Amino acid sequence: MIKKRYILNFPPQSGDKAFTYHLVKDYDIRINILKAEVYPGKRGSLLLELQGKTENIEKGVKYIKSHKITCESLDKRIRWKQEKCIDCGNCTAVCFAGALTMNKSNWELEFDKSKCVVCELCIPACPLNLFEIDFR
Amino acid sequence: MSTTKSYEEINQKLKAGKAVVLTAEEVAEMAKEMSPEEIVEKVDVVTTATFGAMCSSGAIINFGHADPPIRMEKIRLNGVPCYEGLAAVDSYIGATACDPDNPEYGGAHVIQDLLEGKDVVLEAWGKGTDCYPRKHIKTKININTINEFTLFNPRNAYQNYNVAVNTTSTIKHTYMGTLLPNLRNATYSTSGELSPLLNDPEFKTIGLGTRIFLGGTQGFVVWPGTQFHTTKPKNELGVPVTNAATIAVIGNLKEMSAEYIQAASYEKYGVSMFVGIGIPIPVLNADIAKRVSINNSQIETSVLDYGTVGTPKLGQVTYEELQSGTIKVKGKKIRTAPVASLKKARKIADELKKWLQNGEFEVTKPVQMFPANTSLNALQETEVDND
Repeated sequence: MIKKRYILNFPPQSGDKAFTYHLVKDYDIRINILKAEVYPGKRGSLLLELQGKTENIEKGVKYIKSHKITCESLDKRIRWKQEKCIDCGNCTAVCFAGALTMNKSNWELEFDKSKCVVCELCIPACPLNLFEIDFR
Repeated sequence: MSTTKSYEEINQKLKAGKAVVLTAEEVAEMAKEMSPEEIVEKVDVVTTATFGAMCSSGAIINFGHADPPIRMEKIRLNGVPCYEGLAAVDSYIGATACDPDNPEYGGAHVIQDLLEGKDVVLEAWGKGTDCYPRKHIKTKININTINEFTLFNPRNAYQNYNVAVNTTSTIKHTYMGTLLPNLRNATYSTSGELSPLLNDPEFKTIGLGTRIFLGGTQGFVVWPGTQFHTTKPKNELGVPVTNAATIAVIGNLKEMSAEYIQAASYEKYGVSMFVGIGIPIPVLNADIAKRVSINNSQIETSVLDYGTVGTPKLGQVTYEELQSGTIKVKGKKIRTAPVASLKKARKIADELKKWLQNGEFEVTKPVQMFPANTSLNALQETEVDND
């Protein structure tokens, strides 16, 4: 069993299919919808946490991609220019998901991308503008 | 009668490489098992440091004269307005200055660009005079083309600072970071037991002329900082429990490093600048030893509601609690976050320690001590005649 987060981007013509239903029913994947933006006839974006057997998740992702939906793991859509980070901690103030935290011994910023829920609050909170998240 | 030491004695030991130099965190640890009398015997200098956003900062620049010359009466650097009310080619660029059309790039970014060796566009206008006939100039400058490039910060290194929270139901964007609604986070800024002015709360060693670490090079304390307030409430150890005294500092930007000067832009607030400051405190006697021994559990600060006009005080907490990750305010557990870098402050304290140990830096007896018993005026609004 693994648990992994993916960002799905739907083109205009794919918005009316019940993909999440098929992921559950056909691939035995437990789904948690963490964020959704759906604009019927235009586009849609989903942040999903998929939990299941590795092979089932691989098959499920393949199934989604076969319908012209982009499906990429979340960590590939988040950029943090770590080399420029001054470890001030401003981003940790807004990160209620606990993805951005201060290491209490060396006071370095730590970023556990697997906990990110794409609330995007860190983007304006960083005074050096070091975060980019590609959700849409 | 316990040991006392003079600045001269300490400097001789530093030069000979025989002085014992510790950071304020190290001496706080030592103090758990040693008395101030023992510490003054053992330790000669304690290094303190901070790396936080300090809005009241800026740089003096002399551009040099062009041919034909211009009396610069309106000046822009990369579009950022600079002060023009000095001699023909002197200016001061404030860290928070910006073009309202480009609010995320300000004076601090210009200073950082120059520091990093980048070209910056200088544009200036004058009315044209007999001695300065030119009316306009637009050219590129960089750190090598300008004459003086001096960091002069009127208010830095606040002695303690408040914790910011927000009791309202809407998000608040402040210089203390983004404050979530309904007390869902708390932000704090000071480096606690490592913070310079918390280790010398009564200014027994820090004064006019004190040699310090500033932005990666040697700088000086040149005046009490603006809003210098020495009569704010103190705890039983004599340490202020809210923002109190400050210092004005100066140093040569041409010798500084972009590692210790960092431009910053805060959402819906504006531009500021992180400044790295380290201050060595000579352990002259047991009283000073006691002051520098202070630890995070003994330093308290006030929790203020930044969401409500008048920023009412909601409680008082220690830096030990703040650094633990949660504080309790009005019975509610609140997650804390720093907004200044303790990692960088530690690096500065270590760097300054090395300079002192290598005999490259000495402690300075102030030319003059700072005033005691100061307080502040609020801005009183009075009726203005319209004639």
